[in-house]
Amino acid sequence: MMKRALACAAVLALTLSPAAAQQKSPYADYQKKTTEAAPLELFELVGEELWKKKQGPKSASLEQCDLGQGPGKLKGAYARLPRYFKDTGEVMDLESRLVHCMMSLQGRSREEILKRPFGNADKPSELEYLSMYVARQSNGFKIDPGTRHPKEKEAYALGEKLFSWRTGLWDFSCTSCHGEEGKRIRASELPQLDDPKQVSPLIATWPAYRVSTSSLITLQWRMNNCFQQMRTAEPIFGSETVNSLITYLTVKSKGATYSGPGIKR
Amino acid sequence: MAGPMKMRATLAGGYTDVRVLMTHPMATEQQTKGQPHFIQNLTVKVNGKTVIEGEISQAISRNPVFSFRLKGGAKGDKIEVSWLDNKGDTNKTETAVA
Repeated sequence: MMKRALACAAVLALTLSPAAAQQKSPYADYQKKTTEAAPLELFELVGEELWKKKQGPKSASLEQCDLGQGPGKLKGAYARLPRYFKDTGEVMDLESRLVHCMMSLQGRSREEILKRPFGNADKPSELEYLSMYVARQSNGFKIDPGTRHPKEKEAYALGEKLFSWRTGLWDFSCTSCHGEEGKRIRASELPQLDDPKQVSPLIATWPAYRVSTSSLITLQWRMNNCFQQMRTAEPIFGSETVNSLITYLTVKSKGATYSGPGIKR
Repeated sequence: MAGPMKMRATLAGGYTDVRVLMTHPMATEQQTKGQPHFIQNLTVKVNGKTVIEGEISQAISRNPVFSFRLKGGAKGDKIEVSWLDNKGDTNKTETAVA
């Protein structure tokens, strides 16, 4: 009855063909292929489980977590972050808000939650799984972070300042790598992040699955890792510094359509 | 316990396209210094009848994605995909053709 025809499309890190490399962006084709074969949905399923799982001293789930659109409202919530939250008086991105919800709803301590903010291929972190689940529900929404509240304006201004602030052992700033067009590290293109045209397709695909390490990565991780590559002190997870930079980059991407979670090299 | 699986089966133009994702470390002999952990057998059933029995190796990447095409099929047909790894762990998922 059924003819057997089995074609394996495993998520292998494919090397680029020479023909593809001649095009302007050799990654477009690669990105398309890897997106089709990426196991993102599996992580979203775990994220959903964690979202609904009763945890912590208060034995509560995160289902009542307010990500800015009201308790438990997830549709389009991620696309409207970072934004100012009245209850904490801070501009928060998704991950810092999740930490806040875990503390307030589940009664967990910040130390316990942030013991392992970034996972690896064998064991992604709780925050990474949750980010995937929450972000998926903004797929197709316009990126619209908060820009009106004085605190939001402050965060943007601080982010802008930090973006060109030289620091660390090597006296690097974000602009050292991301301040002009056409730069790259080995085969990776370095986008000019203060250019809305170049930053918006990126912001539209975070958080993401990173093919080369089979792991989940988030914007908090991206900032942390950039700081590490600049040889600065490690930034604090969800701190004003990191959140302001995320705010700056997201506001630059305002108006683009969120199409994540995405795939990175 | 094995992580989640996800499957989609869609009928189009006389063929049923099936795409299945599975959570598995697929750790090789070399990575683990002699303690490999990988899916060995893959079984696809349609309405309870086995149509594919596959053997796969350590060469398949972590969290594999398989897609394949079955000739024919009808809406509502039950497709079941199960795997068995070299440590005896197993998992399966079932979906109806849409």
